[in-house]
Formats: sequence, C-alpha cells, structure tokens
Amino acid sequence: MVGEAQVRQEVEAVYRRDSRRILATLIRLLGDFDLAEEAMHDAFFIAVQRWQRDGIPDNPRAWLVSVGRFKAIDALRRSARFDRSQADLIMLLEREADDPGEQTLLADDRLRLIFTCCHPALASDAQVPLTLREVCDLTTEQIARAFLQSPATIAQRIVRAKAKIRDAKIPYQVPELSELPERLESVLRVIYLVFNEGYSASAGEDVTTRELTDEAIRLGRLVAQLLPDAEVHGLLALMLLQASRQRARSTADGELVLLDEQDRSLWDRGQIDEGSQLVQQALRSRDFGPYTVQAAIAAVHAEAPCAEATDWDEIIGLYDVLQRHWPSAVVELNRAAALARRDGAQVGLQAVEAILQRGELGDYHLAHAARAELHRQLGNLDQARDAWQQALTLTRQGPERRHIERRLRELG
Amino acid sequence: MKYLCLVYCDEALLHSLPDSPEDAECMAYAESIQGSGRMLAAEALKPVQTATTVRVRAGRMSLTDGPFAETKEQLAGFYLVDARDLNEALNIAKGIPAARVGSVEVRPVRELQP
Repeated sequence: MVGEAQVRQEVEAVYRRDSRRILATLIRLLGDFDLAEEAMHDAFFIAVQRWQRDGIPDNPRAWLVSVGRFKAIDALRRSARFDRSQADLIMLLEREADDPGEQTLLADDRLRLIFTCCHPALASDAQVPLTLREVCDLTTEQIARAFLQSPATIAQRIVRAKAKIRDAKIPYQVPELSELPERLESVLRVIYLVFNEGYSASAGEDVTTRELTDEAIRLGRLVAQLLPDAEVHGLLALMLLQASRQRARSTADGELVLLDEQDRSLWDRGQIDEGSQLVQQALRSRDFGPYTVQAAIAAVHAEAPCAEATDWDEIIGLYDVLQRHWPSAVVELNRAAALARRDGAQVGLQAVEAILQRGELGDYHLAHAARAELHRQLGNLDQARDAWQQALTLTRQGPERRHIERRLRELG
Repeated sequence: MKYLCLVYCDEALLHSLPDSPEDAECMAYAESIQGSGRMLAAEALKPVQTATTVRVRAGRMSLTDGPFAETKEQLAGFYLVDARDLNEALNIAKGIPAARVGSVEVRPVRELQP
C-alpha cells in the first residue's frame, strides 16, 4: 500500500511531465484525437487507485499508455457505433500491445504529433491553436486570450481540424525525407507564429505574452532535439536572441522601449550565449535558411555593448544575403533602416520610399514609422507628422499606439 | 482510403501554356500510377461546352446546357486512387502533369452506409 497523498502527488507529477507524450503515443495507436484524450484521462484516473494498491510502477509512462490503450479497446467495444472497422482497430491494438519495437517509436510520437498538427492540408488559422492545444496542453481559453478570439472560435477551428485529420486520413507520421523540407517549413512557421504572437501581440495591451514565447521556445527545443536540422537550430537561436531582450523592451508600466534605448544590462546573457552558439553551429552547416540569417542579425545586435557600437556593415551584409535568397519587402525595409544608421537618414529614406512607391508595405505601420523617424531626423517635421499619423491608423496594439502618440507630441 | 483527385484548369489555357502537358505525358503518368497498384480510374474530360447539367425536382427532370457552376476554372479530368492516407494521395496529385497549369482538389471518398 502507498499513501493516497503520495500517489496523488506522483500522478500529478507524471501528468505534468509526461501527459503530452502519453497523449501523442495514444493518438498514434488509436488514430483518433478525442478517443486518445479520453483514454489518457481514464488511465490517469485509474492510476490514482491502482498505484495505492499495487505501488507506483517502474515506468509510469508505459503503464499509463498500456492502461489507456485497454480502456480505449473497452470503449470501442461498448460503443454503439461498433462496426467492422473498429473490430479491425481492436485487433490491431491488441496485437501491437506485444510489439517489442514499440519502445523505439515512443520518443518520436511528439514529433509525429507536431507534424500532424502543422500539416499544410489543415487550415492555416487552425494549425497554431491545434498545436498549442495538443502539443503544449494550453487550454482553449488560454489560446483564445492570447489571440484575442472567442474561445468558441478557437474551439471550432480545433474541432474542424481534428475532423479533417480523421476524415481525410491525414497520417500520423514524420514525413519522408523527400517531403521533409516543405513539411518542416510549415512546422517552423507555426512555432515562429506562436513566438511572434507572444513577443509582439498583434493587438491588445501586453507588449509580450510570456506564456506563448516560452511555449514556442520549448517547441523549438523539442524539434531540435528530435530533428537536429540547421534551420531548426536557426529558428531556436532567433527566438532565444529575441526573447533575451524581453525584460528590456518594455517599461514597468508596459510602455514600449525601442532597441536603441534599451538598458542592455537587462538582456538575458544566458539566452544570448545559447542563441549565438546555435547560430554559429547552423551557419557552419552551410545548409541553413532564412531563420538562421535573421538569428545571425539578432546576434550582431546582441553582441554590441551599446547601440552606437553596432556593426552595421555586418548587419547590412546579412540583409543582403536574406534579400538575395529569400527576398521580401519587409526584409528590404529592415535593410533600409540599417542603411540609414550606416549611411545617414537621407540614404535610408530613399530606400524606404522606393519600397512604398512600388506599392508595397503601404498598410504596414512600421514602414510609415520608419519614414516618420527618418523625416524627423532630416528636419522635415510636416512629413514626419503625416507619416506618424498614417502609422497610427494602421496599428491596433496599445503600447505601440501610445509610442506613436508620444512621438507625435514630441514633434509639437 | 479512396481519394478522388479533381483536376481543375482554365480550359482556355490548359493546352496553350509553355508548361502545358501533352497527352502522351498524361498517359505515361496514369500508367505509372496504374503500375503502382493505386489506380482505380482516371479520365480526361471534353471541354465544358459539351456539358449538360441534370436536375430532378419534384420528380421532374430539367436539363440545362453547360456546367453546374460557371467558374474561371473548369473540371478537366480526374483520378480515382486508392491510397494509404492523405500524404500518399497528395503525392499522386503532385505528379499529375496538369497540376503545373491548373490545380488538383483531393477529396476522400465517403463510403455510403448501407
């Protein structure tokens, strides 16, 4: 006999540590998200009683998977919709119970789950909530709050995505090597979206939503651990380097602090060191992509003891690499800002105007903010005011709005 | 699971773009799927001008000239395949030569419940 309090404590600890892995394995075995979730909760429920009587098993995770599997078989047998396909499933489940090869599969189950949740055949606005729900165990309410949606909307997206996984038979597997690049791209995109939503919430009051950035970094580590690809390291590095400034980028009362004005002693050295090391590693592989180059840029900023000491040559060179291989107007805008620092406001302003004149980024508030700031530096106060006004109409995020309003007041 | 791969394309462009497939290439691809044992059926369709749409309302049949919906892209052909899962079906769809000029909608087949 083991005391109830001790067992409950152990069960809770196993839940916190292993519930996502157990769920991932059960989803692979059962091929159905809802059935797996139910089976897992049954297994934890049974553990509370059984472990008091029989003692805590040597391998609680394997015990829970095994009990979950048998509970699912029971549930299927009892199910009113019992039919031929479920009979097949039960047979398969019973056979697999004795399969010695299974232990080797367990480690990969969470990776399979991530690839399934980020499958490009799922609606892109469902991939992020599904991943947060199934892989990270965030509640629907937490996800809804982070994305400023109603819980009902988020729940509906998750339900639809799960239905498509089941009905269109999206497999539960890590893609083959030939498909890996484009599938991995989708996984990395989802992780970075989670990070960015946390780091610069697109609307609302908080400058950062710590929970989401932490989850994104955790996901990045998980994928890096299971699939050590250069771009995975690049993305992890990028997130760590950006997160390292988290404490410095807002004031105590939640106001935005720009990179130049941040107190660099508040930057997290541990994250910077880890991120910089990962960037070096990724760059050496020669098989890196855009996340790695962006991380390299973030690393150059991180290494400068003050804003004036930033190596702008290096940063512009890295933007050139980005623009050559993965061109985008946003990259061009960032390059223009760096250009302004190195070659003066006039040169930077010309580069920004060139993008806008092509009809790109006209609805991107940071393009107008960049234009406003450069006009101000050149003493064109009227143009600066107009540009800030335009930026203001394009941003919904509270701290950014107040930052722009402050800039407008400073112009008089 | 069975999947129907519906090939949609702007008919005016289907045979006139640099990337447009020749019949021989389409045939060769269909044969390669046949060879892999996944093919159930595949056909190319004549243009939508040849289409007739049938409706039955209150027991009466009505016929209209043309396709069910007037859209920019028309149904140009289909593959019915038997694939292990969506990934395998998508791999087959990716290789359909007309995917280069049109698009392929991949739909799982619903088994009717008797």
